[in-house]
Amino acid sequence: MLIPHPLLGPRDAQEFTYLGDAALLNRPDPASGTAAFCDYVYLRDNPAGTHRELWYHEYGDRSWLLVTRDTLSHEILDVRLAREVKTGGTA
Amino acid sequence: MTQTRLPGGLIDRNQPLSFTFNGRKLQGYQGDTLASALMANDIRLVARSFKYHRPRGIFSAGSEEPNALLTLGEGADADPNTRATVVPLREGLVARSQNHAGPLGWDLWSVNDLAAPFFAAGFYYKTFMWPRAFWEKLYEPAIRRAAGLGALSQLPDPETYDKGFLHCDLLVIGGGAAGLSAALTAGRAGANVILADEDLRLGGRLLAESDPLDDAPAADWVARAEAELRALPNVRVMPRTTVFGVYDHGVYGAVEQVSDLPGAALRQTLWRITAKRAVMATGATERHIPFRDNDRPGILLAGAMRAYANRWAVAPARGKVAIFTNNDDGHRTALDLQAKGVDLLGVIDSRTGARPFGDYPIFAGGRVTGTSGRRGLRAIRLAWNGREEELACAALGVSGGWNPNIQLASHHRGRPQWDAARLAFLAQGGPEGLIPAGAAAGEGSTHHALTSGHHAAADALRQLGLTTPAPALPRAEDRQGGAEAFWHVPGKGRAWVDFQNDVTVKDIKLAHQENMRSVEHLKRWTTLGMATDQGKTSNVTALAVMAELTGRSIPETGTTIFRPPYTPVSLSVLGGGDTGAHFRPTRLTPTHAWAKAQGALFVEAGQWMRAQYFPRPGETHWRQSVDREVLAVRAGVGLCDVTTLGKIDVQGADAGEFLNRIYANMMGTLAVGKVRYGLMLREDGFAYDDGTCARLGESHYVVTTTTSNAGLVLRTMEFARQCLWPDLDVTLISTTDAWAQIAVAGPNARRLLSRVVDGFDLSNETFPFMACAELTVAKGCPARLFRISFSGELAYEIAVPARYGQALMDRLMREGADLGVTPYGTEALSVLRIEKGHAAGAELNGQTTALMLGLGRMVSQKKDSIGAVMSRREGLAQDTRRLVGLQAVDPARPLPAGSHLFREGAARDTATDQGWITSACYSPHVGGHIALGFLEEGDTRLGEIVIAANPLQGTEAACRVVPAQFVDPEGGRLRD
Repeated sequence: MLIPHPLLGPRDAQEFTYLGDAALLNRPDPASGTAAFCDYVYLRDNPAGTHRELWYHEYGDRSWLLVTRDTLSHEILDVRLAREVKTGGTA
Repeated sequence: MTQTRLPGGLIDRNQPLSFTFNGRKLQGYQGDTLASALMANDIRLVARSFKYHRPRGIFSAGSEEPNALLTLGEGADADPNTRATVVPLREGLVARSQNHAGPLGWDLWSVNDLAAPFFAAGFYYKTFMWPRAFWEKLYEPAIRRAAGLGALSQLPDPETYDKGFLHCDLLVIGGGAAGLSAALTAGRAGANVILADEDLRLGGRLLAESDPLDDAPAADWVARAEAELRALPNVRVMPRTTVFGVYDHGVYGAVEQVSDLPGAALRQTLWRITAKRAVMATGATERHIPFRDNDRPGILLAGAMRAYANRWAVAPARGKVAIFTNNDDGHRTALDLQAKGVDLLGVIDSRTGARPFGDYPIFAGGRVTGTSGRRGLRAIRLAWNGREEELACAALGVSGGWNPNIQLASHHRGRPQWDAARLAFLAQGGPEGLIPAGAAAGEGSTHHALTSGHHAAADALRQLGLTTPAPALPRAEDRQGGAEAFWHVPGKGRAWVDFQNDVTVKDIKLAHQENMRSVEHLKRWTTLGMATDQGKTSNVTALAVMAELTGRSIPETGTTIFRPPYTPVSLSVLGGGDTGAHFRPTRLTPTHAWAKAQGALFVEAGQWMRAQYFPRPGETHWRQSVDREVLAVRAGVGLCDVTTLGKIDVQGADAGEFLNRIYANMMGTLAVGKVRYGLMLREDGFAYDDGTCARLGESHYVVTTTTSNAGLVLRTMEFARQCLWPDLDVTLISTTDAWAQIAVAGPNARRLLSRVVDGFDLSNETFPFMACAELTVAKGCPARLFRISFSGELAYEIAVPARYGQALMDRLMREGADLGVTPYGTEALSVLRIEKGHAAGAELNGQTTALMLGLGRMVSQKKDSIGAVMSRREGLAQDTRRLVGLQAVDPARPLPAGSHLFREGAARDTATDQGWITSACYSPHVGGHIALGFLEEGDTRLGEIVIAANPLQGTEAACRVVPAQFVDPEGGRLRD
């Protein structure tokens, strides 16, 4: 697979480490208690189809990327820097 | 040479080559394959079949070969299951047949053939079921010995392999008429082109045919095309390169056979080719027509027979040759053989209205109903005009039509589609950017192959925004196939569909009777289409037979899907040379060469090689060295390279706040010039990693991690920085390799260090325990000094730029000679930390909590941090197991790590399990074996005797529960 890095252009997937469901961007408020954290830590979506997921460019520039990928075709629909998604408030 | 050699061909008769087959010395020519050379020596029997041990001969002339699998080479170089049809003959080649007991001609296992009624598909599943224990001990070993292919040498592969990456605009897969045409079009247009072909020379089927191009031999045009392509700087021509798989986003896997010679500088290269577009000009594979006893040596695909005659100038046997066909292509073989002077028996054509294309007998509407000849074809049975007769015949060419090679187009689950007019499956919905052309697209004639290759390349280039000049293609034959559906000759006896797996028409019938209605079930139950040939000559025929049995059409019956690899790929080339010492990078500490010179033994710690201990003359057991090193640290001073601990530089206005959220304990309040022990949790509340955090400036921290977690902790911290709290002003960088760090530990540590620092005041008052500073040593070398201790002694860790690490070690050794300075390795380091009760990897194994480690109070309640909320959840917060020290009651009795702890007299089972030992060693300080472990309510059971049981080793030892700190529990030594 090739992942189009927003800063570096198309990069081989072997340069990346996969984390999974981008829901991990939404860490609950610490005051919300263990139930909210249980959901955050243990529950993940694993859809057959469009999936928003986190990839880490570990053997590259160490960017965390939010990749929108079709898990059936591996088509990559969108790639953005995770930190820009967070600061843009669109996560 | 014998009479099977014909005139002409693309072999060089001035270059004879000697080779051996089963020890027999034989000769062929440069340009031969092993298969054509065997045929030229009139050797028809070359193999025994997989299950029935039937005599088998060469069946094809290409990579689809199901029968002629041989073992090449000897010893460690032996390469089993090599298709003789794709091996270029070379001087001294050693080939052997496989899968037989005794000589090839008198295989003892051919009794399996007599017992054939018992060996039908599914036989093993049904028969060898009971008793269950017999499967592993008796049935499977026996079956494995008798069935199967070649044997591995069981020795490491001595050859050299490599891997590489290539990029192009257009990848052309296949160098036949369509592929050459596509490559010429794209090359002339200036596109970046790779042309890959599995064969030794370009040309594909053009080399196997007698038809001219522009009234000249096709090989002339091929040579001119190749010369033009090789002269273009934007084209890379790669013969002997098999594209075996299509992967996501235009990535293609290919193996290039660089050399066949044993001991060559390079045998194969694995290429990852990233192509914007690709042309699948992979040609077509002929199919056969099953009839009774159709597997005898001498029965070949008709197109292969033609290739042997035209390209390699060899007839399939001495004597008469017959053709059995359902289409016009079979007649081409007859004409070409006749032109070469082969004695033609005639053409048996299943089509009732068939007419001859030349001067030879034709048996229109005829069919072959049987054969005879024990080790090679002697006669065929012909049913024609209502009569059956036996005709002497040494070879039979069979043509059942051609299957486009669409495997690559299926690698992304593209479902092939049946084309009723062409009687073939065509690619449909294949990988994006892969365009079929030529015979692979069902375009059978040379004219069509040339034009469709051009169009495919032009389409691809148009998509990339390039225009292509008008083609200058040679005039070529433009015949139509004229095939009529005829899938198998019904009748008694066994008619093979899949030669490699010994699957017959009967097996398919049986599968159907057993309700294996899906083709996927048929495949798995009969093993049809498996192994090295992946059913290239059998899959479609099997589908057609099954369709006939079920009364459904072929599209209704469906097809199995192709997966990579197209042809077998060796594990060696997938490793690409990354074996042994090259399996992964090795990281050496800055003092590695010095430690080696001191005679150190090394141990792998992740990627690092660390000094394990430093034996001295007279020491015969590792324990002597380690005990000496430990005692030297406790009594004097020792040196240990601790560079491998992960170091992460944390800077920014919000660095303190960031670390507050990373560590369970408070870091923001740490004073400049101080160090604090830090514990990280995972978000699920379990302990993750520990280390020290030093504050070098207002907005500058340096944190350390354990050696093994260095990369993971940086990943986690980057996740927190970018994905959780991007609003914080903080940056991170790993400085593990930038700084050499040496632990200086022992009562004499301060005296030794004072001799190397540049006037720095090391007194306890100005530089107390847990202080840190930036300073210079050895007259101006920049350094960082941390007063921290892993051993429990007065200790420091001093860091200098990595390139000065060895010089610093040398200097410290010299300056400390009168203080008894002693280098120590990881073994002593481990003993020292166990004696001091410090947690390490075995205690922080991902299943333990801060509470269990006795560090529960470190998890700050005043702030949020990763894992803080979950560490307080039910189940974790109530855990009653605690880290304790354990001291062997009999000091000489070891307490193996991994032992479980039980009360005295209790049963040894999970219900009575009280905990386990994590780390253990012999303690020279205590004078006996000690351990660390987790014990139920361990903090309240000091003094109690428990049993450490290790059922795996069959050992038990009584031990006393003691505080985890065996050395200086008050910590006075650290603070002196």
